[in-house]
Amino acid sequence: MTELLIKGTFDTLYIVSMSTLFALIGGLPIGVLLVIWQKNGIAPFVYGEKILSSFVNTVRSIPFIILIIALFPFTRLIVGRSYGIQASIVALVVGAIPFVARLVESALAEVDEGLIKAAITMGATSWQIVVKVYLVESVPALIRLVSLTMITLVGYAAMAGVVGGGGLGDIAIRYGLHRYQTDVMLLTIVIMVIMVQLIQSSFNFIANRQDRRRP
Amino acid sequence: MIRIENLTKSFKNENSRLVALNNVSANIGNGELLGIIGSSGAGKSTLIRHLSLIEQPDSGTIWLDEIDLFKLKGRDLLRMRRQLGIVFQGYHLLEQKNVYENIAFPLQLVKMSKTEIKKRVDELISLVGLNGKAQAYPVQLSGGQKQRVAIARALASSPSLLLCDEPTSALDVVTTKSILDLLVEIHRKTQVTIVIITHELSVVKAVCQRVIVMDEGSFVEDGSVKQVFTSPKHEMTKLLLGYQEGQL
Ligand SMILES: Nc1ncnc2c1ncn2[C@@H]1O[C@H](COP(=O)(O)OP(=O)(O)OP(=O)(O)O)[C@@H](O)[C@H]1O
Ligand SMILES: [Mg+2]
Repeated sequence: MTELLIKGTFDTLYIVSMSTLFALIGGLPIGVLLVIWQKNGIAPFVYGEKILSSFVNTVRSIPFIILIIALFPFTRLIVGRSYGIQASIVALVVGAIPFVARLVESALAEVDEGLIKAAITMGATSWQIVVKVYLVESVPALIRLVSLTMITLVGYAAMAGVVGGGGLGDIAIRYGLHRYQTDVMLLTIVIMVIMVQLIQSSFNFIANRQDRRRP
Repeated sequence: MIRIENLTKSFKNENSRLVALNNVSANIGNGELLGIIGSSGAGKSTLIRHLSLIEQPDSGTIWLDEIDLFKLKGRDLLRMRRQLGIVFQGYHLLEQKNVYENIAFPLQLVKMSKTEIKKRVDELISLVGLNGKAQAYPVQLSGGQKQRVAIARALASSPSLLLCDEPTSALDVVTTKSILDLLVEIHRKTQVTIVIITHELSVVKAVCQRVIVMDEGSFVEDGSVKQVFTSPKHEMTKLLLGYQEGQL
């Protein structure tokens, strides 16, 4: 039993870290484009912004459990199966990309508009403004965003367990729900709570250390 | 030599058209220390946004030597922007970067080598009197010190023109004096052309040789500080000088 829970814990950690990683790779550029393509952004492209924005809204409005099922054919195409750890990751990444994109968008929106103007007058290219101003200035916010994404994905990963996605959620459903082993159910919950706490406090610690706006 | 030629800019609101720059013209010689003064809404910031090439006029243009600034596009525009130094009222520093990195920023944009950057930044830090502060972050600096960083950053790429938009409006009297002294000293040492935009008479009196008075989008007076302020012609100038109605 302990072995099962340890494996489940590591599976969940693996699923969450991998899907966070891919969701960042996908969501970060989308979030950046959502900001710079705006009408008064640094590289206005209103149609592009509208299209991206409605894609993001559409995916975000689908309940995750339905998204997982709707993605079955796509998931099978990518990893060959529609259940298991790999399949979970695919669904979580698709579900989390729009989430990350919106978080990135609001993190970048916090950057001093006058500073952006100043960078333009200094002859910075759009790429330089994104990399050297927008991203640099929002480092603490971006670190907090990673932890928020991971925490959200711990919950979503458990949901993916419903359809045999592996990890703690899977165990909770198979043993706790179907075999009435309440203790297993409780233990998975305890482990997840601890996991969330650890993610939260370690990332907060790093974010605070990186925040130069604190005296 | 900068030639502002019949520059006009208006903004359309819902139902009215607001002329922020009304056919203004002036020449600014190399090495001049010029003040542009006017009350709120006179069009000072609009003018500086044109001079800093982030706004296009409706008509008229600005010449820098033989270059029509508003005809520049793409790479040429970026290159020209890099030759202008601008100091803003609100500092606008990178909060996540220290003093050294902030001053180095414009130099990194043009991919200057690390050793050259170090040499230049060290020079600027001592020019603006921030020795020992290189590693400090903006949050640890006073307003005056932040403005010194901003001035050093504006000077980093050795611009031929330094534009200052209300550089002291956020500062107290003593700090204002020290920043103005710094600008005068920089002007003396480098002979860079400096344009200071302000609504404070004392700023112009303290540092400028020549002054342009702006009112409702027009240049209503232009001359040496001494001449304009001893025999003001326009109502706005008199108002700025504190003449009371009825006393005239
Ligand atoms: N982007 C804009 N859209 C619409 N109106 C504008 C815009 N920018 C400036 N204006 C208007 O143009 C006029 C001149 O504004 P400007 O900011 O140049 O004044 P200013 O002399 O800098 O005043 P202040 O001392 O208050 O900064 C003002 O009436 C202002 O409302
Ligand atoms: Mg202004």
